[in-house]
Amino acid sequence: MSDSDPRKPSPENRYSLSALARPGALASLALIAAILGVVAAAFAWSAGWFSPHRVDQTHIVNAFEADGGVRAGFRRNHAKGVCFTGWFDGNGAAVPFSRASLFERGRVPVFGRFSIAGPIAPDSPAAVHSMAINYTLSDGEVWRTAMVPIPVFVVRDPKSFYDQLVAAVPDPKTGKPDPSRMKAFLAAHPETLRAIGLIKAQPFATGFANERYNSLNTFLLVNAQGAATPVRWTMEPVDSFAPAPKTAPSSDPNYLFDALGKRVSQGPVRWHLIFVLGRPGDPTNDATLPWPRDRTRIDAGTLTVTGLQAEAPGNCRDINFDPMVLPSGIAPSDDPLLPARSAVYSADFTRREGEAKTPSPVQLQAGR
Amino acid sequence: MGKRFPALSRLLHWLMALMILAMLFIGIGMVSSLADYHRLVSIHRPLGIVILILVSIRLLNRLFNPPPPLPAGFPPLLRFAADGSHYLLYALMFAVPLVGWSMLSAAGYPIAMWGGVHLPPILPHSAALYALLRPLHTALALLLFVTFLAHLAAALTHAFLFRDGVFESMASWRK
Repeated sequence: MSDSDPRKPSPENRYSLSALARPGALASLALIAAILGVVAAAFAWSAGWFSPHRVDQTHIVNAFEADGGVRAGFRRNHAKGVCFTGWFDGNGAAVPFSRASLFERGRVPVFGRFSIAGPIAPDSPAAVHSMAINYTLSDGEVWRTAMVPIPVFVVRDPKSFYDQLVAAVPDPKTGKPDPSRMKAFLAAHPETLRAIGLIKAQPFATGFANERYNSLNTFLLVNAQGAATPVRWTMEPVDSFAPAPKTAPSSDPNYLFDALGKRVSQGPVRWHLIFVLGRPGDPTNDATLPWPRDRTRIDAGTLTVTGLQAEAPGNCRDINFDPMVLPSGIAPSDDPLLPARSAVYSADFTRREGEAKTPSPVQLQAGR
Repeated sequence: MGKRFPALSRLLHWLMALMILAMLFIGIGMVSSLADYHRLVSIHRPLGIVILILVSIRLLNRLFNPPPPLPAGFPPLLRFAADGSHYLLYALMFAVPLVGWSMLSAAGYPIAMWGGVHLPPILPHSAALYALLRPLHTALALLLFVTFLAHLAAALTHAFLFRDGVFESMASWRK
């Protein structure tokens, strides 16, 4: 092109508005606008701004709030809890299956949280005891897990989980969930009905200290050679299991936490970390399905809980027990609940950490 | 055609352009994704640190290998916009990953890279700090995306309307 080409702006006026009068200038402007529009639209699509009804982590946290109400500064689920400290002694038995240094012989510090599923409410025999653990490995890696006593989970994917929460939202007129909505949910989810049957067949323990806690989801242990083994795990209590009574043994709204405090004050409380090794064909992507009972079990080490602390700034209160915080040697399975748990825990964490904090209803008596 | 950017500058620019654009899309996508959340976060965290390292190299490179001057006759107002937006881009390329690292520190998360490698926290574990930094990370990232759009608009205007060689000074690879 020569400088006399009318399609090329002359050096004198290329930056002036009159340059827009040259042939093709408006087409160029339109092209620029179109490119910017496509990039901006792609960004908006990635953000989900074109699909506001697709269920995401915000929807699920909102549904928890609709179900259980909001106590500002507290978790939307497992709101009532207490922190613990202790250690984990690896015994080497899991080393052939996982390269995580945690499983070698040796002790690592641990902290965690005992809690009850749902919003803040008086303790009861139906309360779902829960245990969350943070293992700090010697190489600086961290493993976090959040466990409950039920043998299987009630839903198998995030959308079903959301639909179940929505079905349980209290009717504003009665203050109670509409039974017909839950009935409709269960009719559409036979896997949930089956899971509830399995859950009801296994009673909860009398308290936190003699409860067993399950991973629910399947994970993979990965060894030094890179071989992966699907596993589920259970924290098996050393304290002897006894089934929860039919009715609350006390009118104390915190009787479960108070009993735990008393038990810890009497001496360390221990659990064995038992890995159940899956075999080919065992479901890894459906937490509603149990594994056959005859699967090999490996005792990987012992958790010892020596102290309890009321929730306070900087302790377990301000930790997100995201089950996808995994060390090298433990990996997620293809269970769709796992990334969803991670996403929802994170959204809930961000929401509550931005709110004014008030003391937990679970406080420890002096001198413990 | 006028003077081009030095080859290392062009290499860093295009490499980082790809990475930053990917990061912005991953970041905005993961916070509304249940199925891919973990996969995306696992890329987002170490890639952010890579960008932080690269922008440090890039700033040093810019001091030693300055960019070619804007064409003579470039209007002062546009020159101001060009200079200002580049200062803003550099500031955000540092600030967004640093705020990300800071907010993970304040949340008490392990700052996992690839293959079991971890970075130390750069702030104490604090709910109040996290509550401040987490929304700041999003706000700065959105500002970076808007600044990127303005940068892209300016580049395309140089290429299609001004035809003054500025676009080619970064985009041309001919010998």
